[in-house]
Amino acid sequence: MRQDLARDREFLLPATTTFIVLSFFIAVLLEWMPWRGWMLALRPDFVGLVLLYWCTHKPHRVGIGIAWMLGIFVDVADASLFGQHALAYSVLAFGGLVLNRRVQMFNLREQSVHVFALLLTSYSVYAIVHWQVRGFVAWEYFLGVVTSALLWIPLTHLLQALRRPRRDPNEL
Amino acid sequence: MEDTRTLRFFNRGPSAVARLVFFSVLSLALLFVDAKYNYLESARQVIAVIIYPLQRLTALPGEVWNGAGEYIRLQRHLVAENEQLHLQHDADAALLNQMQSLQAENAQLRELLDVTRRADYTMQMAQIAYVERDIFKRKLFIDKGENTNVQAGQAVVDNGGVVGQITRVYPLLSEVTLVTDKDIAVPIQVVRNGIRAVVFGSGNISELELRYQPVNADIEVGDVLVTSGMDGTYPPALPVAQVIKVERDPAYPFARIVCAPLAGVDRHRTLLIVSSVPPLPERPVAEAESDEAQRVKKLVKRSKP
Repeated sequence: MRQDLARDREFLLPATTTFIVLSFFIAVLLEWMPWRGWMLALRPDFVGLVLLYWCTHKPHRVGIGIAWMLGIFVDVADASLFGQHALAYSVLAFGGLVLNRRVQMFNLREQSVHVFALLLTSYSVYAIVHWQVRGFVAWEYFLGVVTSALLWIPLTHLLQALRRPRRDPNEL
Repeated sequence: MEDTRTLRFFNRGPSAVARLVFFSVLSLALLFVDAKYNYLESARQVIAVIIYPLQRLTALPGEVWNGAGEYIRLQRHLVAENEQLHLQHDADAALLNQMQSLQAENAQLRELLDVTRRADYTMQMAQIAYVERDIFKRKLFIDKGENTNVQAGQAVVDNGGVVGQITRVYPLLSEVTLVTDKDIAVPIQVVRNGIRAVVFGSGNISELELRYQPVNADIEVGDVLVTSGMDGTYPPALPVAQVIKVERDPAYPFARIVCAPLAGVDRHRTLLIVSSVPPLPERPVAEAESDEAQRVKKLVKRSKP
């Protein structure tokens, strides 16, 4: 636990705007890959995860406004109702902002439990809106929460590694 | 301490709760407007054009993979395929000749019977740009939009039958709702005996449901359902589905009839957009019309003696 804390407080490069935008860009591309069938049900919510990462690690840079705008873009791409993803992502970002200090206290495995709860809320918001408007819910949709929570650990490792300064400038 | 707090407050703007409330209300308002009215279509179109290149980019790996597979395909296969196609062509040519004479005969018969000629509908080829990634819906996007004069409501078919219907047109793309979508219904006719009915999507990619048929309805496994063309949306006689299961449980008022779509709803890359049939004459207004007719009759009666 203490080791993890130490690692969390290690010196990281400041997250440039380009880096944040690029991470969202790649997340959106992954989200729009041609998933189908069971892969679609198991598809992690890449955009939601990256959003949650920035909301917990850089709460002053990425907030509910950015989450909402991302949601609108995803709404158009997925041909869902205007505001459906936007609402879900706003709730997710809010959860990330409120819990950001708490989440950073824990190690990655315990963090992913928090992430699971936050994503479950956001997925539920999406499903409830769909249920209210269209009148049914596809339950396999919620499988995505599990895979997303599992993906939290590698994703955090990856983004932390990219933000870590190189000790030797010649090192790859 | 208090000073820093107030400073922070001004630096960071409204609190997280206030922002959440603001954006939630905004989303809910958008949701309400989008679900009830069609005001937001233009905004949607603008954003769709902005993200169009991104969407093509995500489809690129798959396209490259398919292209490479095509390229690597052996010459032998192509030769064999070519030969087979030639044979098919010869066979088809004979049939086509036969059909031409039949068509001529049909036209003649129609003239004899004084029936108006069925309009020939125009067709347009389109490629699937990308497939819907929302598990709740059965939709796909094709690469023809307003630029090629596609209109919402046109039917989309492949070589097997009806794939779906165009539900939304963007400048460069259009959205096709598949016949298996839960929200879509297609008026059909059973080929074997001409029963008219409506077939509904089930939300499952490989199933359709024929609802509201009585338990003793004359529908059997293997029956082919074609569009009836009565809605003025789908041209008549396009194959839609084949019955694969009929459950007649007298405990329920209706039989449970499950059909499989005949079109490769999830298979092809190239589809045909079929222009809808010319608009049917206005439906007569039942009440007013009959009143008027009766009045005319009365007048005629009065004027007779």
